[in-house]
Amino acid sequence: MGFEIAGYSLLPVVPELVLAVGAMALLMIGAYRGDRVTGLVTGLAVFLVVIAAALVLWLPPGRLVTFNGSFIVDDFARFMKILTLTGSAVTLLFSRGFVAAATRRMFEFAILILLSTVGMMVLISAGDLISLYLGLELMSLALYVVAASQRDNLKSTEAGLKYFVLGALSSGMLLYGASLIYGFTGTVSFAGIAAAAKSGSLGLVFGLVFLLAGLCFKVSAVPFHMWTPDVYEGAPTPVTAFFASAPKVAALAVFVRATMTAFPGITQEWQQIVVFVAIASMALGAFAGIGQRNIKRLMAYSSIGHMGFALVGLAAGTPEGTQGVLVYIAIYLTMTLGAFAVILALSRHGEAVETISDFAGLSRTNPLLAFFMAMLLFSLAGVPPLAGFFAKFYVFLAAMKAGLFTLAVLGVLSSVIGAYYYLVIIKVMYFDEPIGAMEPARGELRAVLAVTGLFNMLFFVYPAPLIDVATLAAKSLF
Amino acid sequence: MYQAIVFLPLAGFLIAGLFGRVIGHRASELVTTALLFVSLALSWVAFATIGFGHHDVVVPVMEWINSGDLKIAWTLRVDTLTAVMLVVVTSVSALVHLYSIGYMHEDPHRARFFAYLSLFTFAMLMLVTANNLAQLYFGWEGVGLASYLLIGFWYHKPEANAAAIKAFVVNRVGDFGFALGIFAVFMMIGSIDLETIFAGAPALAGKAIDFFGWKVDALTLICLFLFMGAMGKSAQFLLHTWLPDAMEGPTPVSALIHAATMVTAGVFMVARLSPLFELAPNAKAVVMFIGATTAFFAATVGLVQNDIKRIVAYSTCSQLGYMFVAMGAGAYSVGMFHLFTHAFFKALLFLGSGSVIHAMHHEQDIRHMGGLKDRIPFTYIVMVIGTLALTGFPLTAGYFSKDAIIESAYAAHNPFAIYAFALTVVAAALTSFYSWRLIFKTFHGAPHDRHHYEAAHESPLVMLVPLAVLAAGSILAGFPFKELFAGHGIEEFFRGSLKMDGGEHGIINAMHHIPATVANVPTVMMVLGFAVAWLFYIRNPSLPVELARQHEGLYKFLLNKWYFDELYEVIFVRPTKWLGRFLWKKGDGWLIDGFGPDGVSARVLDVTRRAVALQSGYLYHYAFAMLIGVAGLITWFMFGGAGVH
Repeated sequence: MGFEIAGYSLLPVVPELVLAVGAMALLMIGAYRGDRVTGLVTGLAVFLVVIAAALVLWLPPGRLVTFNGSFIVDDFARFMKILTLTGSAVTLLFSRGFVAAATRRMFEFAILILLSTVGMMVLISAGDLISLYLGLELMSLALYVVAASQRDNLKSTEAGLKYFVLGALSSGMLLYGASLIYGFTGTVSFAGIAAAAKSGSLGLVFGLVFLLAGLCFKVSAVPFHMWTPDVYEGAPTPVTAFFASAPKVAALAVFVRATMTAFPGITQEWQQIVVFVAIASMALGAFAGIGQRNIKRLMAYSSIGHMGFALVGLAAGTPEGTQGVLVYIAIYLTMTLGAFAVILALSRHGEAVETISDFAGLSRTNPLLAFFMAMLLFSLAGVPPLAGFFAKFYVFLAAMKAGLFTLAVLGVLSSVIGAYYYLVIIKVMYFDEPIGAMEPARGELRAVLAVTGLFNMLFFVYPAPLIDVATLAAKSLF
Repeated sequence: MYQAIVFLPLAGFLIAGLFGRVIGHRASELVTTALLFVSLALSWVAFATIGFGHHDVVVPVMEWINSGDLKIAWTLRVDTLTAVMLVVVTSVSALVHLYSIGYMHEDPHRARFFAYLSLFTFAMLMLVTANNLAQLYFGWEGVGLASYLLIGFWYHKPEANAAAIKAFVVNRVGDFGFALGIFAVFMMIGSIDLETIFAGAPALAGKAIDFFGWKVDALTLICLFLFMGAMGKSAQFLLHTWLPDAMEGPTPVSALIHAATMVTAGVFMVARLSPLFELAPNAKAVVMFIGATTAFFAATVGLVQNDIKRIVAYSTCSQLGYMFVAMGAGAYSVGMFHLFTHAFFKALLFLGSGSVIHAMHHEQDIRHMGGLKDRIPFTYIVMVIGTLALTGFPLTAGYFSKDAIIESAYAAHNPFAIYAFALTVVAAALTSFYSWRLIFKTFHGAPHDRHHYEAAHESPLVMLVPLAVLAAGSILAGFPFKELFAGHGIEEFFRGSLKMDGGEHGIINAMHHIPATVANVPTVMMVLGFAVAWLFYIRNPSLPVELARQHEGLYKFLLNKWYFDELYEVIFVRPTKWLGRFLWKKGDGWLIDGFGPDGVSARVLDVTRRAVALQSGYLYHYAFAMLIGVAGLITWFMFGGAGVH
């Protein structure tokens, strides 16, 4: 095929290229046609994401490598990219109502999402520290802007600024770690690091700590999570939905790829870090979530906790553990998107509402909405036979097989504590007196809710496809 | 046929219990009563076939439990002993069903009432047809349950609820002993099948059970445990307190459960297990002692009671004591004879009392009655018949059976034989006195309350027919069966179902060779009791008042039932309540809840408050947290880090 530049095959990066070029084309359309085409641009952006997803699947099977090993497309990357693109596409759908409002027509929103998505895809496929950093920054820069996209809102701008400053700090840490690693191994490619770092010298471990701190910031693992609640609450809700879905998938993907492929020689060391942040995240997610009154803040702690659970699988350091992480993140994505569809649908008298008490009596005013929300909440809490239970089951199983009993027990305990705040919402929806009717939800929200809700309810009937694909994807890393 | 006898009442229970609301009260009454009468007819056929046809029947129903050595099957065992009980149970139950149609006709929950009656009958039939101890225990608990439900049938009355709970709890004490007895049998013999037990029992003689380091003769211990169950169910001395209170239930229930059938289950059980008791003379001594004490004690309390049903209840308690005296003497068939005749006249007295209560609009205090013989003559006549039978008037049913018991007590080779003889003789006089007192105060003399007296009316026919049938039984159930239960026909009639020492020096033989003066003592006592009652309540009504004033201590002692309720209140109830309250407030509330659910959730909230407080909103706090995190991890790897070189 003719996709070659300077001897490098461009075939593996076709989806990224299409997205990037498409984003620029949409920018042109917007720049010349003005804010009137916001709806069109958003629609085309969704279309582009779908095309990109199709191209990811269209790429020849097996392991494709280009740019001297900087860019890797394997089953793992394909799996994660499809999840990321799903998250982006759904977020774009979510944002339609938001960007179309007369007061804030901004076609740039969709383009920023697209550019961020390109960054995530690069991140997922990163084969060395340079492409890792490139992808991370491309993703993050767009995120800083969308977090502050509601320019006239104090909270939104505050959220954007906080995220930017802390993100810069984390990038600095990550770069510092990368340079230490480069210094101690003499290479930036994951394969090269793996070959050089057969045992952990203190310097290399320092580099590892800083590198993982940067990555932990992106997956919002404790103690690098502090930005999460403020940003989740301050950012416009579609942006929060985006933060909670696609970037989490991409960051977790590079977390897994970096630890598994670059540092297999010092598994002992990074395992300790991961175990620590996993326990801290699960515990904080469970405890702090109980104190929340705002549903978006609650979802922030929920995602912190869930990232902790996903990291339990990674801590195992085995193919089963990796498979558990993949299953976990896939199910987490559906639960989160479904829950955010409900949160977005909550509006009364034209005003979006976002406190937990606003859910009161939802079962009587919007019975179907309440039912799906209840199912998703049960799933988030990990109640069998819903999908969320199996997600936890696989990671805990992997941790037990790897001998991490303490971790598994602490995980189960914190999931019990965390279940409380999900159940409280169900209680409010079903047993409290309604405080006025909700406006009907937009069609795309209803569709997303139905799909994710049914997936979570019926996953146990036929779990094989997801499990099989995740197993394949996990294998490609070993 | 045998399955039908047992399971037709169950069908009645299910129909009336599950579909009572659908089919209505009238249909529920008719279905249960009709099914009971079918069961009754079949029972008499069975009685004739088994008792006089000289063959026993064992009907397998189904496998029940198969667990290691424990193999239990549902099997209906019908021999003469069972056939007697079948007849007693179904006869009284059918008549009570019929009577209840009249008695309960104003109650809004009649369907439930009839369902419970049928459930009770089923459980009782299960009990008497048991072929192993587990099945016996099933029926035993089943009748206990039905008794609880029926005592508390008027659940809106606090006294009824309290009485129901009391009956249940006191029976649990006995049942605990019964269960221990069953366990001990299984431990020693390895089976709870009756045939196997009887075959294996002689080999146990002389063996001992290690009971908390105390070597006890196995058979004595087993029999005492089993008898403890019988004491609870048959309201014997020490475990009798529930029976008078159980009178809070509807009167037909008292007649069926607390006079004729359930309370005799203990007597039946001892008779059924007679091969065991015959081998344990010490246990028999205890049985006789308890029986005689109960007979005397309950009769003394009956002297001064004023509630018409409670008098009859204490009388029942006393008569059950008589039956156990016979059991202790080894004259099992004699005890069964009294059980058989007692069922008729005691059910009659209860149903008659019910008729009086019905006529008096639920007035139960005999001091408020009087002169009723003109208003309700039929009830009066049948009550007199019942009283004659109870007091042992010559040629009535009770005359034969009660005299036989007193004779057997005299003739028995038992350490307590003389004690039992003396007490039963005195009790016979007391029985006669309180029975006639009841009749005189209720039916004779001047009406106490003119208004009630005027309004009193005879019960409807549906209630009078059962009274008539039972009155006939009270007269006729004695003589024709005398030879079978207490004469020379025992061997042939009961065959293997009772283990009687019927030889040359056996108890039955000895009974027939006692002095004539001894044989006539009960009749003398009966006349004496009657004479005193006539003197007190007809001739000179001021005499008993005067007597009560002169011996106030004794009077109060009897009126308060020897202070047993107060004694138990102090010894058992209060400490138990105190312990329960302690475990509730301190054990559960403070310890388990405080350090368990409540404590944990409170700690979770504490942690939550701190975790939330960490989220200050200041950027530099957040950055600081990140740096602390990194610094902490690095410190860990530098100083505590495992695996770093």
